[in-house]
Amino acid sequence: MSQLGHLRLLEAESIHIMREVAAEFQRPVMLYSIGKDSSVLLRLAQKAFYPGPILFPLLHIDTTYKFREMIEFRDSYTRKIGAKLIVHTNQEAIDDGANPFRLGTQRCCGLLKTKALLDGLRAGGFDAAIGGARRDEEKSRAKERIFSFRDSKGQWDPKNQRPELWNVFNTRIDPGESLRVFPLSNWTEMDVWQYIHVEKIPIVPMYFAKDREMLVRGDTLIPLEQPFIPCLPGERPQLVRCRMRSLGCSPCTGAIRSDADTVPKIIEELVSFRRSERENRVIDHDQEGSMEIKKREGYF
Amino acid sequence: MAAAVDPTLNFEPVFEIEDFLAQEQAKDLLRFTTAGSVDDGKSTLIGRLLFDSQNVYEDQIKAVTQASVNRSAGPIDFSLLTDGLRAEREQGITIDVAYRYFATARRKFIIADTPGHEQYTRNMATGASTADLAIILIDARNGVLPQSRRHAYIANLLGIPNFIIAVNKMDVLDYDEETFRAIEAEFTEFLSNLNAPDAYFLPISALAGDNVVRRSRHMHWFNGPSLLEHLETVPVYNRTRSTPFRFPVQRVVRPDQTFRGYAGQLASGVVRPGDAILAFPSGQRSRVKSIETFDGPLFEAVAPLSVTLTLEDELDISRGDVIASAQQVPEVARQFEASVVWLNDRPLDLARTYLLKHTTQTVTAEVKSIRHRVNITSLEHEAADNLEMNSIGVLHLETSRPIYFDPYLQNRITGSFILIDPETNATAGAGMIRSAIAAERDKRPIAKKQGRVTPAERIARHGHTAATVSLGPRPQLAAVLERKLFETGSAVAIVENADLTICAVLERAGLLVLRVANERADWDLPEDDEQAANQIMASLRDSGVLMPREELIWGEGI
Repeated sequence: MSQLGHLRLLEAESIHIMREVAAEFQRPVMLYSIGKDSSVLLRLAQKAFYPGPILFPLLHIDTTYKFREMIEFRDSYTRKIGAKLIVHTNQEAIDDGANPFRLGTQRCCGLLKTKALLDGLRAGGFDAAIGGARRDEEKSRAKERIFSFRDSKGQWDPKNQRPELWNVFNTRIDPGESLRVFPLSNWTEMDVWQYIHVEKIPIVPMYFAKDREMLVRGDTLIPLEQPFIPCLPGERPQLVRCRMRSLGCSPCTGAIRSDADTVPKIIEELVSFRRSERENRVIDHDQEGSMEIKKREGYF
Repeated sequence: MAAAVDPTLNFEPVFEIEDFLAQEQAKDLLRFTTAGSVDDGKSTLIGRLLFDSQNVYEDQIKAVTQASVNRSAGPIDFSLLTDGLRAEREQGITIDVAYRYFATARRKFIIADTPGHEQYTRNMATGASTADLAIILIDARNGVLPQSRRHAYIANLLGIPNFIIAVNKMDVLDYDEETFRAIEAEFTEFLSNLNAPDAYFLPISALAGDNVVRRSRHMHWFNGPSLLEHLETVPVYNRTRSTPFRFPVQRVVRPDQTFRGYAGQLASGVVRPGDAILAFPSGQRSRVKSIETFDGPLFEAVAPLSVTLTLEDELDISRGDVIASAQQVPEVARQFEASVVWLNDRPLDLARTYLLKHTTQTVTAEVKSIRHRVNITSLEHEAADNLEMNSIGVLHLETSRPIYFDPYLQNRITGSFILIDPETNATAGAGMIRSAIAAERDKRPIAKKQGRVTPAERIARHGHTAATVSLGPRPQLAAVLERKLFETGSAVAIVENADLTICAVLERAGLLVLRVANERADWDLPEDDEQAANQIMASLRDSGVLMPREELIWGEGI
């Protein structure tokens, strides 16, 4: 047998992490965002517990602004692999009419994602939440531990993190506290796509290029999924061949022009890209160091 | 301001996606750590490595050039590509371990960027714990500083097998060879005193880019490969493959009555179906029946793969147990000596009990004594009655239950542990086991040993694991063999024509059971009783049932 390739090494590490979570926590849960990283996470969970079932439920924080195709994929795929799915929404905020245009992206994320997540975790009594965040996504994530401590308010203290050595993880917490666990910490975007390709992992069709109705503003393509997207004077949607590089809420996720309609083509596109993946996610740029601020408050 | 990317870097041959995918999958992985003092230019070096190897996206460069603090005079402050958190951006120093990822056509890399400031020894140890290679930065203007020695000491303590010593800021000294050679000579001597691995010394300028990705045009006196060339080609010592098989059990997998497997990650070695194993602490023997994965059964699993093993026999195995090669068993001890890096602001307190997590088991541990503390500046040993954060000491520890380990120098997974403060749940210490300590029996009150006698204690006393040997209908052979085993100190019993439950009872008592019955013997044996007995003795030794006497002293620690 030759030297193990990097994907096998990353896979082995992630499986080890998931099994530690299953063994050391009372009520673990997996955060499921429907995106490509979540799809990889699900496959790794299937591998970790084979031949048994996935040992924790999936929790989806639904802002109600996700793309229709995402919700369809979520429901059919989780049913197909027999995973237990919990959906949590901050219904109170939705009823009050929360959306990014009324509240701004920061307040909207705060209510529909951060608060909904913390409430959803509390409602389920979950003591560990597995997420698909990668350290290569954003600079503050580069410093976060794989097993990342959250106080009883769900908050992260970047200056007071537990040192993490070898593959020995300290999972001790007091009642009310929790850990967020990131098995994909050491994966890059390229690793994720390679793995999806090698493992033939199903992903939401929105990652693949096709003609879609978009508002075109300079380099940014805005999907017309929600009725409240304000058009500028004279602005009309155009049919553009495009795809999503990352999936979030439809008002805050831009598309990119692309012909990549297969995974190898996406990888090919990625190689030639000189833009990072979150560029079209409006929320990371609303304030310098904004991801770090959100994370301190409890955002994933 | 937009980045001025060297146009020659953008040359790419005709891109064939199938070739690319094949090449990608063949890439291996090198984890390395970087250490240097505050102003050695570490973040700049990594930023330069990422930038010159085209692993930085344009919008990241844009964000960096727009950032509110821009500390260098140049067009791009490379260090801002790696310094993440707001607080450190404001303070201008790296305050924590940051992980960075990049890949070249040959290899994928994970960098643990760790700070060099005096109070952050713990971060360096953290980054070093998983690294295959350490880059130690020395500022050419300052030469070898106490910090440089300390970084090399910690990297070596954490068992990193490859060193690069990068002498930085050569541009400031007009690329002077003599300065470089003096540093090389001084540090080489220091490293050999440490018994550190051989190091690759190279002169660089992170700011100007000399010898980082491309070889320098300013130092004709130096012909070695650039930093990146070296990183791409240095062999990643797959030491884990040649070390004995160790498999700490993470979970017992029992989805239904028909399947019983043990999930875990190989800490070291290779395993195949049919391999003879010993499970600890039970000391029970079996063979690997199959290696199960989601992708189908494997004919071989090599460390560090995560798999599920099934065994030929139903053994009593649970999380925290270790399945190991029957030929080369781990050491076992309740008392051992370990180097410990203290990580917490609450100093080590000998009066308190800590939790010790070793592979997948957590036990309670007491620190019986501090053998010495390492003076972090002079690296000399000194007496101490506590360890404070960022200090390193050699401790004598005692655990509530025996642990099954290999010395850290031989196995970084089964030789390491963390200490957890049970009051605060903080990760208080990181330990590297040096050796077992034989218990001082005469000083220990007998009452201290409580509860059922464990199989491990029996193994330690008898010098063998429990086993039943079927001899066929040969009572004479049983007598000869009994005598031989007895003379080696074994606890042995002959059972004639008894049913297997009796054998099982005797096995539970840790005995070697010689079974005489009208059935086939376990081996094809010679007619001659003496020869047959010798052959069986040899088989018992080869298979690890009888343990060599020199290994047994470790059992004393139980």
